Amino acid sequence: MRWWLPDAGSTFAGPIDTLFLAILIITGIALAVVEVGLVTFVIKYRARPGRKAFYTHGSTRAEVIWTAIPAVTMVALGLISNHYWVLIKDKKSIPPNAYHVGVHAKQFEWQVTYPGPDGKLGTSDDFTVRNQLHVTVNEPIAVELTSEDVIHSFFVPEFRLKQDAVPGMHIMAWFQATKTGEFELGCAELCGMGHYKMRARVFVHTPDQYKAWVAQQAAGGSE
Amino acid sequence: MTGRIFSVVGGMFLLTVCSKGSQSSAAPAAPPAPAAVENAAAGGTITGTIKFTGVAPKNPPIDMSEEAACKAKYKTTPTEENVVAGPANALANVFVYVKAGVPAGQTFTAPTTAVVLDQDGCRYHPHVLGIMVGQPLEILNTDPVLHNIKAIAKANRPFNVSQPSAGMKTTRAFTAPEVMVNLECNVHGWMHAYAGVRPDPFFAVSAANGSFTISGLPPGTYTIEAWHEKFGTQTATVTIAGTESKTQNFTFAAR
Amino acid sequence: MTAVAHTPTTAHHEPMSFWRKYIFSTDHKIIGIQFLFVSLFFLLVGGLLAMQIRWQLGFPGKPLPGGGILPETMVVNGVILPEYYVQLVSMHGTFMVFFAIMPLLVGVYANFLIPLKIGAHDMAFPRINMASFWLALLAGLVMTASFFVPNGPIRSGWTNYAPLAARPDLSGVTVGQMLWCVSIVVLGLSSVLGSLNYITTVINHRAPGMTWFRMPLSVWALFITAILGVLALPVLQGAAIMLLFDNVLGTHFFDPVAGGQALLWQHLFWFFGHPEVYILILPAMGMVSDIIANGSRKPIFGYHSMVFAIIGIAFLGWIVWGHHMFMSGMNPTLGSTFMVSTLLIAVPSAIKVFNWLGTMWRGNLRFHVPMLNAIGFVSMFTIGGLSGIFMAATPVDIPLHDTQFIVAHIHYVLFGGSLFALFAAITYWYPKMFGRMMSHRIGKVHFWLTFVFYNMTFFPMHIIGMGGQMRRIYDPTIYDFLKPQQPLNVFISYSAFALFAVQVLFAFNFLWSLKFGKKAPQNPWDDNGMEWSLPNPAPHGNWERTPNVYRGPYEFSAPEAGDKDFLPQFVKLPTDRDPVPAPLPATH
Repeated sequence: MRWWLPDAGSTFAGPIDTLFLAILIITGIALAVVEVGLVTFVIKYRARPGRKAFYTHGSTRAEVIWTAIPAVTMVALGLISNHYWVLIKDKKSIPPNAYHVGVHAKQFEWQVTYPGPDGKLGTSDDFTVRNQLHVTVNEPIAVELTSEDVIHSFFVPEFRLKQDAVPGMHIMAWFQATKTGEFELGCAELCGMGHYKMRARVFVHTPDQYKAWVAQQAAGGSE
Repeated sequence: MTGRIFSVVGGMFLLTVCSKGSQSSAAPAAPPAPAAVENAAAGGTITGTIKFTGVAPKNPPIDMSEEAACKAKYKTTPTEENVVAGPANALANVFVYVKAGVPAGQTFTAPTTAVVLDQDGCRYHPHVLGIMVGQPLEILNTDPVLHNIKAIAKANRPFNVSQPSAGMKTTRAFTAPEVMVNLECNVHGWMHAYAGVRPDPFFAVSAANGSFTISGLPPGTYTIEAWHEKFGTQTATVTIAGTESKTQNFTFAAR
Repeated sequence: MTAVAHTPTTAHHEPMSFWRKYIFSTDHKIIGIQFLFVSLFFLLVGGLLAMQIRWQLGFPGKPLPGGGILPETMVVNGVILPEYYVQLVSMHGTFMVFFAIMPLLVGVYANFLIPLKIGAHDMAFPRINMASFWLALLAGLVMTASFFVPNGPIRSGWTNYAPLAARPDLSGVTVGQMLWCVSIVVLGLSSVLGSLNYITTVINHRAPGMTWFRMPLSVWALFITAILGVLALPVLQGAAIMLLFDNVLGTHFFDPVAGGQALLWQHLFWFFGHPEVYILILPAMGMVSDIIANGSRKPIFGYHSMVFAIIGIAFLGWIVWGHHMFMSGMNPTLGSTFMVSTLLIAVPSAIKVFNWLGTMWRGNLRFHVPMLNAIGFVSMFTIGGLSGIFMAATPVDIPLHDTQFIVAHIHYVLFGGSLFALFAAITYWYPKMFGRMMSHRIGKVHFWLTFVFYNMTFFPMHIIGMGGQMRRIYDPTIYDFLKPQQPLNVFISYSAFALFAVQVLFAFNFLWSLKFGKKAPQNPWDDNGMEWSLPNPAPHGNWERTPNVYRGPYEFSAPEAGDKDFLPQFVKLPTDRDPVPAPLPATH
């Protein structure tokens, strides 16, 4: 049984999870104030014979306080969030040495195109594999997302990575995996009856493992 | 004003509902009422062998790693079935049919026995099939995984149905002749099948040794066409007198 | 109060036929009741669809009990097909948003309450009001018809994203898509006509003494909601027409195949869609304010702030739509701007919650059934609103977008929020509608059981969403990383079944009390609103002579009230002077 976010698998997970926790604490405090307040009032101010309610139309001071505190909190949250948002999603944030991989989404599969032994995407030694994403650990990977037909969404929970693939658009997303292993990729935008079956496996290799895999694929192997 | 709104909206409603006609659900469409019933048991026969010249391109291997339940059904790596070559360059999966020559006005009753299309090991069995207009096509899922069967057709109404688990059976029928209706699975992009839909029973699919037989032909001159998914089409003319058997071979050039 | 004849009559005091009185009625109260019955029916339909969704998610691939009655295009050997599953989620959302919650809040209560609470005889345009109901009913029938056409209803979610929705060859949906579009256009017309009425009536037909800042918050909320409606629905109508054209006329507005833009649909839909969700919550907030003030026997805390908060939420609601599109591929800089506006909209919502608490503080709380449900609203809307902050922070939206976390948020604000407010409102104004009281005992049991099962159903969805379970997937167990969470899906499904079953209590209470409920006294809740100066049920034309308004709406426990702890707006004290009549006569 899993009670929390998936295990961290990319450099994005640290900031995102920390931000998540911070928001959880802030909203948790707000929730506690409201719910405890509610329960306290329900018990303390229940009607009893001989009691009368306190006749007041409000308090400007209270309004100012409970407007200012949420407003300041929200602005601060926005500024911090935006810093990481730009880092993750801005095209200029993609490291120039990132390893490019093409992901073409289609009802109902992920066609992943690799640059092949020459390391350049868009040349004749590129090869395409269905439903398997192979990358090297600790290396920035740039994903060039396209779609054949409808909107799909590229989602790897451990990488905290999600980006819609839109027909007619060529969208870049990037990440850097921090641990080797096998993970899963799912489609996160309803794309038809097979939406739930658009699953791919993600393999994070050491550099040597990855080179070996590329060589094997280029030789025509399929294991 | 309310009445005008109702009539405009009602008109739009009727327009949209009536525009595309209706498609029956799982039950097959009723076959066309026959003007005359043909007994296809007696009659002439066309047989032959289909070969190809040249070197057939290699069939790409299929990586089924992402569908473990299907991969487990194979001892060696399965390949796509673009070109299924037999001994001595025999060519299988060629759909051979009578393109012209059947007397006009003659109608044939479609058999009520279904043509079965099975999904087993994430492949269609058979890869190429022939079926009559109105004859039931029974699509079976023998795999414990989701397949969808998408029929891409021009003369017929396309369909797309899913079968998420083993044992599921869906029946469809075609209402118009079409060579060929493409069938594919979108969950397993390598899965393709082809259905040749004909108004008469005069068709066949070549076997592993390249042989085919079309029987029950009344006397006449016929144009026969052979269709292959990669090598294209070839035609020939054959005249049948009485109940004779004629041989017609086809040779495709590999490409 | 002046005695009023009990037989509803026209202005000329001629008896009306049954058809004119109850079916083709122009009386805003009858129209409100008509909306109530039809919308409660669609609420039931939406709930039945939800039960099937929960069955499949809890027990993927197991035969649905009773599934045998469904056709083979939906269910095979009792097992829900993937295409039927996506139809279920699409139509559950469509029915609940457009044909249950929106008409329950607006169609029922804007119609029923506005003229009564401002001292008007009826709406400004009674016949257009009647058309508004019949158009809504027609739209509902067209939408229902989509279940019975070849290939069935839409499969692209209630949000109906193009290009999937624009391409029958990719969605598999043909006539059903066209019916969805037509239904939405007709419903939009119904909404716009209704809004025109509500806006005009509030501006022009307030009784003498009913100044803007003496209007109850329910009326303020409904008024602002009407403005949202008249501006937002036409955008959806336009988008639906474009989508219809893509489907039948061969245009390519949304399909890049021939120069269209996939994202255009999302911008249009959410430019409507975000104001729409405020349409779905503001009336609830307004009515809850009236009920909490009543239950606390205290004026609403911060009435002016509450009004400005409603206006603030409505205004900001126009500039946040992109927060539904953070992952869509739109320019990330736009994401930043939408994040700012979205975080800011939390502020007026927070103001409202604190003011409700302030109203209860040092009150003399009466826990009648409407008050219980209103308090439930506050506690759960708070959770729903706070969960929104996680998604508003764009980096955190990355793992959460399109997961069950969003589904949890939606349901906390729409069910925990709007629906609990509706339970409160239906119970509260039932006597005014039907002349009888709903059973208190059944109402209390219904509230507590609903509250418990509701939280058991929807709170765990936050957790499985954090774990990564995507929306609208037919079988979570396909993914290894979701398998460990499946026990929670089972728990949620059982809770949902119990939650649905408990609603039988509400349905029984509602229907049984129509005939056998205790006859209602004139002002059963000791409330201050103008409507309680009339008999129960209120007669056609409401007041024979336009009433006067002497004070604000929440003068509970005012010193002038003496022994009583309430002082209605219509009661003239010896120290009160008659208000100057408005320049426009408020009679017909």
